Amino acid sequence: MEKLKANGITVSFDGVNIIEDVTIHLNEGEVVSLLGVSGSGKTTLFNVLSGLNVPDSGSVLLDGEDITGKSGKMSYMLQKDLLLPYYTVLDNVALPLIIKGTSKKIAREKAKEHFKFFGLEGTEKKYPHQLSGGMRQRAAFLRTYLASEGVALLDEPFSALDTITKTAVHQWYLDIMKDIKLSSVIVTHDIDEAILLSDRIYILSGKPGKISDEIIIDLPKPRNNSLLMSDEFLTFKRKIVEKISFVG
Amino acid sequence: MTKKYQNITGKIAPVVSLLVLAGVWLFVSEGEIVPSYMLPSPVDVARAFIADFSILMSHAAITLQEAIYGLLIGTALAFVIAVLMDRFDFLYKAVYPILVITQTIPTIAIAPLLVLWMGFSMAPKITLVVLTTFFPITISLLDGFKSADPDSINLIKSMGGGNFKIFRHIKLPHATEQFFSGLKVSASYSVVGAVISEWLGGFEGLGVYMTRVKKAYAFDKMFAVIILVSLVSLALMGFVALLKNIAMPYKRKK
Repeated sequence: MEKLKANGITVSFDGVNIIEDVTIHLNEGEVVSLLGVSGSGKTTLFNVLSGLNVPDSGSVLLDGEDITGKSGKMSYMLQKDLLLPYYTVLDNVALPLIIKGTSKKIAREKAKEHFKFFGLEGTEKKYPHQLSGGMRQRAAFLRTYLASEGVALLDEPFSALDTITKTAVHQWYLDIMKDIKLSSVIVTHDIDEAILLSDRIYILSGKPGKISDEIIIDLPKPRNNSLLMSDEFLTFKRKIVEKISFVG
Repeated sequence: MTKKYQNITGKIAPVVSLLVLAGVWLFVSEGEIVPSYMLPSPVDVARAFIADFSILMSHAAITLQEAIYGLLIGTALAFVIAVLMDRFDFLYKAVYPILVITQTIPTIAIAPLLVLWMGFSMAPKITLVVLTTFFPITISLLDGFKSADPDSINLIKSMGGGNFKIFRHIKLPHATEQFFSGLKVSASYSVVGAVISEWLGGFEGLGVYMTRVKKAYAFDKMFAVIILVSLVSLALMGFVALLKNIAMPYKRKK
């Protein structure tokens, strides 16, 4: 079943098209990556999907409902964790529930239930600056999960992390995703990350950015980091490297 | 260098500089380099302070009261103005120049007017304190509101939050630190403002005491009251720092 659909999205800035006629879809429970080099319009597309920007043409449908240009429908996570420094980790994670009208006490209780599963046990009363980068991204991801109504958009969620932390967070993410159902769109420039985490990859390339390819990653699940060295993985990687066109 | 050691040296430096200053004062006055009717020695000042202690305290209580009332009203006013100016852009454009102009009017020039309008009660003093204190607080709050991270604001929007939620969870907490810097400045202004307004008419307060001892050429008492005004200002600023510490627990944990 199609959860999210973007139809013929075109966005221009100062009369120049940034992305042109982009059509993508996300099935229920699926993880799809949007892969592209810098400047290919990934973030522009992300802002359209999240409702922060209105496209010049095209539409965004969530469960068949037109949500073009409407924010508040989609939960997202950025490279910047956007944890509020003045709230404890627990209050940060509970924030989407509080914003949606749940009482502070119940929101905290609900949020707290997930801490162990998300590997955040013991951080409840800490402030974000007391956490490591990897832990902060975990907290941001939990907040995104609690904010979502089934779909999450992740814009380079792990790219600010160093390689070793990133590897650990990838493994953590794969473990989490075995048990929760969260249809996700991941925007990334990291080919390994895209193959490892996704069911399907869209390649965004050219100027203006267009979807040049769609690749189905039919690697068995659950996956783990050891996959990175396997032949199947490298076959996919070779295929993608050949297809991705570098702009500038 | 360890942190503890840095802390100690950090505390020693201002103490040493104060002691040196007091030493120079003592030397100059006790050594008769400057005649004692012009510059009383710290010993005389301390004696005057002790002799008039209960009178000084009762005047100080009045001045402090005026300063605190004025500061509270000034803060409340600043808060309302800053919130409205942040929310409505046309208000920002319309009111900002007026705010700046009010700050170019010297306090000392409007104080007699306030006395004429309101009499010799506490009202003109509190009004003057309000006028001098609300501006730094308004500006610091406005800056705080305006500098809130747009990505954080978008995040609240993505969760379905409207203007109030954005204000409550992003703008207000974001402005806390700037608010307290403004409040600290205003706290010192408030005591000075109260003293100045007391010069120009009234029956009690440190400013009234000051004009009395000035007329009597009691320089030792004059110095005693000046030091007391400083101490009251410092105490109020210290109180603001304490409030800030309570309001921002996340700054304490490292």
